[in-house]
Amino acid sequence: MRITCPHCGERDHREFYYKGHALALDRPAADAGEAAWDDYVHLRENPAGVTRDLWYHEGGCGAWVVVTRSTLTHKVLGTEPASEARA
Amino acid sequence: MRIEGKGLIARDHRVSFTFDGVRYSGFEGDTLASALLANDVRLVARSFKYHRPRGILTAGSEEPNALVTIGSGGRQDPNVRATVQELYDGLEARSQNRWPSLEFDLLSVNNLAAPFFGAGFYYKTFMWPRAFWEKLYEPMIRKAAGLGALSGQDNVDRYERAFAFCDLLVIGAGPAGLMAALVAGRAGADVILADEDARMGGRLLAETYEVDGKPGHIWAEEVLAELRAMDNVRLMTRTTVAGAYDHGTYAALERVSHHRADRGAGAPLECYWRIVARRSVLAAGALERPVAFRDNDRPGIMTAGAVRAYLNRWGVAPGKAVTVFGNNDDAHRTARDLMAAGVHVAALIDSRHDAPEVDGVHMIRGGQVCGSMGGRGLEAITVRRASGEERIQTDCLAMSGGWNPSVHLTCHMNGRPEWRRDIASFVPVPGAIPGLRAAGACNGAFSTAACLREGIAMAAAALEDLGMKVPEVATPDAEDTPYALEPLWAVPGKGRAWLDFQNDVTVKDVKQAAVENFRSVEHMKRYTTQGMATDQGKNSNVAALAVLADATGRGIPETGTTTFRPPYSPIAIAALGAGAEGKGFQPQRFTTSHKATVARGAPMIEAGLWYRPSYFPKPGETDWRQSCDREVGYVRNAVGVADVSTLGKVDIQGADAAKLLDFAYTNMFSTLKVGRVRYGLMLREDGHVMDDGTTARLGEDHFVMTTTTAAAGEVMKHLEFVTQGLRPEWDVSLTSVTEQWAQFAVAGPKAREVLDGVLDTPLDPTEWPFMSCGAVSVLGVAGRLFRISFSGEQGYEIAVPARYGASLFDILVKRAEALGGGPYGMEALNVLRIEKGFITHSEIHGRTTAYDIGMGGMVSAKKDCIGKTMSQRPGLEESGRERLVGLKPVGRDGRLLAGAHIYREEAEPKRTNDQGYITSVCHSPTLGHMIGLAFLADGPARYGEIVKMVDGLRGVTTLCEVVNPVFFDADGGRMRG
Repeated sequence: MRITCPHCGERDHREFYYKGHALALDRPAADAGEAAWDDYVHLRENPAGVTRDLWYHEGGCGAWVVVTRSTLTHKVLGTEPASEARA
Repeated sequence: MRIEGKGLIARDHRVSFTFDGVRYSGFEGDTLASALLANDVRLVARSFKYHRPRGILTAGSEEPNALVTIGSGGRQDPNVRATVQELYDGLEARSQNRWPSLEFDLLSVNNLAAPFFGAGFYYKTFMWPRAFWEKLYEPMIRKAAGLGALSGQDNVDRYERAFAFCDLLVIGAGPAGLMAALVAGRAGADVILADEDARMGGRLLAETYEVDGKPGHIWAEEVLAELRAMDNVRLMTRTTVAGAYDHGTYAALERVSHHRADRGAGAPLECYWRIVARRSVLAAGALERPVAFRDNDRPGIMTAGAVRAYLNRWGVAPGKAVTVFGNNDDAHRTARDLMAAGVHVAALIDSRHDAPEVDGVHMIRGGQVCGSMGGRGLEAITVRRASGEERIQTDCLAMSGGWNPSVHLTCHMNGRPEWRRDIASFVPVPGAIPGLRAAGACNGAFSTAACLREGIAMAAAALEDLGMKVPEVATPDAEDTPYALEPLWAVPGKGRAWLDFQNDVTVKDVKQAAVENFRSVEHMKRYTTQGMATDQGKNSNVAALAVLADATGRGIPETGTTTFRPPYSPIAIAALGAGAEGKGFQPQRFTTSHKATVARGAPMIEAGLWYRPSYFPKPGETDWRQSCDREVGYVRNAVGVADVSTLGKVDIQGADAAKLLDFAYTNMFSTLKVGRVRYGLMLREDGHVMDDGTTARLGEDHFVMTTTTAAAGEVMKHLEFVTQGLRPEWDVSLTSVTEQWAQFAVAGPKAREVLDGVLDTPLDPTEWPFMSCGAVSVLGVAGRLFRISFSGEQGYEIAVPARYGASLFDILVKRAEALGGGPYGMEALNVLRIEKGFITHSEIHGRTTAYDIGMGGMVSAKKDCIGKTMSQRPGLEESGRERLVGLKPVGRDGRLLAGAHIYREEAEPKRTNDQGYITSVCHSPTLGHMIGLAFLADGPARYGEIVKMVDGLRGVTTLCEVVNPVFFDADGGRMRG
């Protein structure tokens, strides 16, 4: 698998650490309530199709990257720095 | 038998080798298989299950029978296909899966018991008594069935991994691959041409036809000469592209030294490549399929294309009276080539009634071979036709059921090949692997001209994708014979007819599977074991599913194929793991004091990848406890020095640095004054403790954070995530400086005296209170000083740039020794912190909360922080939770053990009575007995209570008193003093 780091270009996926879905970027307010926090911390979809997830370029520049990809075709549809992305 | 004047072998380079201890000779350019056949060795192996005599079936990597063991000891390679093992002087090969010998194999009794060994036999036969399975049946089956074995010694060969990148990867160097590489090479693209063979050219080396008016192998050599001269083309021989993965990534195994007598001298044995290609052309060719008929597995029965390969490439006639049996025109070439070389062809049998005539041979049209005779090799066959049966004396039968395109790689990403009725074969579906195009025989184009055309066309299409100019390349002249065949999978009749030679699967087994309702091709495969092991269905797959289709009344396309998975041919685990064994798997990280520490005889222990001293033994000490107790004494009574550089250090700078710390830690850091240090607690977002450590404020916008050794990487990732992902608008940047600073703890009542000798300005105690920090000049070097303590004594940590670490450590230790102290290791460090009730990852192990460790008050009410909301879930604060306490044994000699569980004194020690567990223990030389940290239900409310520690594994029970976890100097006076 190849991932295009927004800073470093196309790299082997072994340079990256995987975290999980990009909704981790959408942190609820402290008072958002149990359901919102339960969703944020625990609940994840398992989509057959397009998903967005977080990869950390640990063996490279240290950027957190949001990767949009298809779980069906494994195609990477786009990458962007987590600092510019929202869930 | 060798034929004079034929073959591409080096006749002037004779090499000698042994097989089962018998010495033979061959030529450079031979494979083990061709050399054995040249020496008339036909019996080379015993079959997997029935131990039937087996010979060489093919001339390539698809060989199912001729598996041998090469070498011995740490270099023993089992299951090497004799057809790919190149001959070298001194090669030693042995047959396998036989006892006591290949000629006389006692286990061939299995062959007589064959009725018991049909499809799924173990499931049916070995059902009772149940207890016999493990003790009798399984060991017996394992002994009798099988392939070669490893020696049991460590592998002494070296393996490497390598990476390559190219515009176009061409897989296979037959006519299609050579043309594709030539077109792309001339266009200036970066090209890798890989072929599993030692010599490129593919079938051109095994056939007699011409390309552009020259013998095919000469034409190939000319193309290769042009490719070799191009800087942008890399030729990789002996390299099998074994797997296709996402985004143009291919796995390839290069066999670097298997063909060398001096194997192991300098070069690795194998190299595992990861090749990233923007586009690729698969020109993997096709594999010939056998025909199933009674006893079609006798040594001497081979595929027709293999017979041609041995004849034309290696100058070997595999028999003196050869018969040819096929269902297609291609098989006729075998008869013609043999006759042209002067080899007697006893008969050409074609199952088609309308097969074209071949001059000069006894031709049987509409005939089928229905049986074979012979002992350890073929002696005669029986041919059946409408007029009756005929027996023909022959010592070699060349059979052909047609050709299967090598579609394997196109299926590695879930692609399913399509059935093409006209060639009775599966062909790849375009686009099955993004960026890959199939060309030539693997795409169902079988004539040489069609291969050349497709090679050009597919390379041109790839170049267009890449935006490169396509050069004009004329298609060379070559034979363009149409491929005509009439499917023939299995000749009807009694007896056993082999489909899968390697796994001893017969037509009857597949039919039996269908009868027992294993009708799906995937079920049939697993039930019969057809297509397992190194074969992976290369020889047997299509015929087996054709038989299954017939048995279940379905067509072949509806029956479908099993799933082809990587690798295309076997890869040793050692090659897959190349570079990731030993220190490649687990690199070693050394501190700047490592050499001095080892020189003092300190046993080192691993802390993650780091190595830290356990203790520093002194002459006369016989036990680690003596050293440890002495080192604890240094710190409590004089001064100790410890390297603490392994703790993570994160440099945090920016206008919003304090905001980040407020958000990442549970407690406040924005209120921390410059020149001060604070202990901080960090939670995961689920409310459990992630890590702890001290953070120093070096400037208004500049902090340096300390993490635990174990969690340094995790904390760095986490802080980067919080910064980049959650608060990108903040002005803050993070840098790991763990390896840039060497840092030493100097602790004990005489700590200041030690430091005064290395600081250019002596310490003024009023300016350096507990939890202060700042820049200092250390023997002229700009350093940092932190007044922090992990021991409970007056303590400092002094940091200098790493290049001065070794020197500073020596100086500090010498000064400490002069004051009655010295260096201390991890054992003493651990005792010191347990005496003070300080936690480590033994306590914050991922399931404990701030409340559990008695730090609930550190979660600030004034601000939000990571993990705060979830830490307030009712279940995480309710009574009954196991919380941190100290334990001391009732009676000074009681033993405490980490991992032991705690029960009420009177309770039976069983799971339902469990009250908690011990996380850390030590013998406290300061207190004179053992002490421990533990998590106990409602622990802090139970000080003074007597509980029972039970270690079920070690059989130890100890009564203990629950106490405050701070065992020593509870008010911290020594630390502040």
